[in-house]
Amino acid sequence: MLKVPHVTSYLTEHFAEDAFGTLAGYEKKGGYAAARKALTEMAPGDVIELVKASGLQGRGGAGFNTGLKWSFMPADSDVPKYLVCNADESEPGSFKDRILLERSPHQLLEGILIAAYAVGACTTFIYIRGEYSFPADQVERAVAEAYDQGHLGPNVLGSGFRHDVVVHRGAGAYICGEETGLLESLEGKKGQPRKKPPFPAQVGAFGMPTTVNNVETFCHVPYIVNRGAEWFRGFGTEASPGTTLFGVSGHVVKPGLFELPLGTPLSEIVFEHAGGIAGGRKVKGVIPGGMSMPILPAGQLDVPMANESLRERGTMLGTGGIMVMDETTCMVRVGCVISYFFRDESCGQCTQCREGTGWLNKIMNRIERGAGQSEDLGVLLDIAAKMEGQTICAFADAAAWPVQGLLRHFRADFEEHVRLGRCPFTASFEL
Amino acid sequence: MISTGTRSKIEAEMERYPQKRGALLPALYLVQAEHGYVSSDTVRELAEIMGLHPVEVMEVVTFYNLFFDRPQPRHHASVCTNLPCSLRGARVLLAQLEEHVGSKVGEPTDDGRLVLGHEECLGACAFAPMMRVDDAYHEDLDLEHAKSILDALE
Ligand SMILES: Cc1cc2nc3c(=O)[nH]c(=O)nc-3n(C[C@H](O)[C@H](O)[C@H](O)COP(=O)(O)O)c2cc1C
Ligand code: SF4
Repeated sequence: MLKVPHVTSYLTEHFAEDAFGTLAGYEKKGGYAAARKALTEMAPGDVIELVKASGLQGRGGAGFNTGLKWSFMPADSDVPKYLVCNADESEPGSFKDRILLERSPHQLLEGILIAAYAVGACTTFIYIRGEYSFPADQVERAVAEAYDQGHLGPNVLGSGFRHDVVVHRGAGAYICGEETGLLESLEGKKGQPRKKPPFPAQVGAFGMPTTVNNVETFCHVPYIVNRGAEWFRGFGTEASPGTTLFGVSGHVVKPGLFELPLGTPLSEIVFEHAGGIAGGRKVKGVIPGGMSMPILPAGQLDVPMANESLRERGTMLGTGGIMVMDETTCMVRVGCVISYFFRDESCGQCTQCREGTGWLNKIMNRIERGAGQSEDLGVLLDIAAKMEGQTICAFADAAAWPVQGLLRHFRADFEEHVRLGRCPFTASFEL
Repeated sequence: MISTGTRSKIEAEMERYPQKRGALLPALYLVQAEHGYVSSDTVRELAEIMGLHPVEVMEVVTFYNLFFDRPQPRHHASVCTNLPCSLRGARVLLAQLEEHVGSKVGEPTDDGRLVLGHEECLGACAFAPMMRVDDAYHEDLDLEHAKSILDALE
């Protein structure tokens, strides 16, 4: 099936055309003009300043300012510097990077070239999750085309800049999406995250200065170079400029991908673009940004989808993966599914995370079975609090936040299970 | 034994990385494509080729879901059971497929044709329910369609 967003803007405008995935088709739409401009008319520092001025925030989950991140790379070092494209996309609810890889691999390569030039990287490693066989094939094909046409290699686009790209396939581990887990994996090791500092800009891949960015982040860059920071700021909010790809899943009429400005109200995405709740039912809760982000109840869907507003509601944009749950949904079952995932994927280095994720899952299951006790709710919150901010990487926080969100907004569901000694939601999705 | 053809592909991979060890994941994929899994003999052989200690290879084999340290059935069919897929009936589908093939999740069929599994999110959330059969995604599934995909496997 052709994976085309239901709503498009600049990033996905040509996604319905298969030719856009080829080098010739991409160039016909103006592709590689931005890379030509950056590599031949701009100094690396100017590119960084431009991207800083655009306010582009990373689309991999943390929302860090991209230009600022690039400026952390040492400018005057004589060691090799690397760029890494994070295409490990494994955050449940997220599938935008996959569509970008499948439909527009050259758009990604162009963004990579501009970024590589800006930070002075000699090689980019594109780390693609192992399950994405078809997307990785598309990227490999595009890389081969780019080498063939001199868009990669010793003299990129005739500019004198040298750049190589290595496509690296992961092998099935969520934690390799965390940037230092990814770097370990790239080096041929278990994907166990590193202690920071040092940050990757100092000591990254193979011990060298490295910048890690998400697939979508790179894809915005050519448009900023072509059309300018002011143009980019014409989309989105003051603090969160640009469009982004919202992936909507769950109980909606029209699940899919939607390219919309940051700051679009969540309710508009769910009820207008995604067609509202299937079967004429009512909405109960929505996870706004991938499974690590706390859920919002039906009454708070007016929130603009940008970090500055979502933070006020105790949650975050994350990867823009929106999961919609209707009124039949048992929120304890949701807790069981979420906590199982984190228990399964913890890399096990930190005690709080290894033990905490196990206990959260056990207690969730016990409550769902009807064997929960009234103290259990407090114990869940206590464990979650002890996992936050205590570990080598943010995975433990990501495991704690959804539990806190569920208990903040749907405590009654949990209390009802404990009181009745069974799950009262007979029409809910099956476990 | 790792064939000479695979061996030279592994050596070519080692050239692509600033340090040879970076080629370990690609090398394991190559070995697995040849043998179907990574045996302890292969681990030792690969370690030798790459200048690593066998345990450095073994711990990587066991860390990642897509590497296998024992012989596998001919096909892997895994249904995603993460939240977006579960909300759209993935767990019911998986139970029905268990019944259809006559084997539970994780237990290969008697003829060694197939093992059913469940996966965490595979990035197909809007096209749920879905399953990954070997390297291919099958999306927007219903029971009949899913059964026919499994029945067509040799
Ligand atoms: C547990 C965990 C998993 C992550 N998974 C991903 C991922 O799959 N893809 C991604 O781009 N970033 C992921 N990140 C964020 C990366 O660590 C990193 O911040 C990001 O790739 C930086 O790119 P950006 O600045 O362009 O957003 C993850 C972070 C954590 C803590
Ligand atoms: S927080 Fe969890 S996933 Fe991250 S390093 Fe510690 S144990 Fe591993």
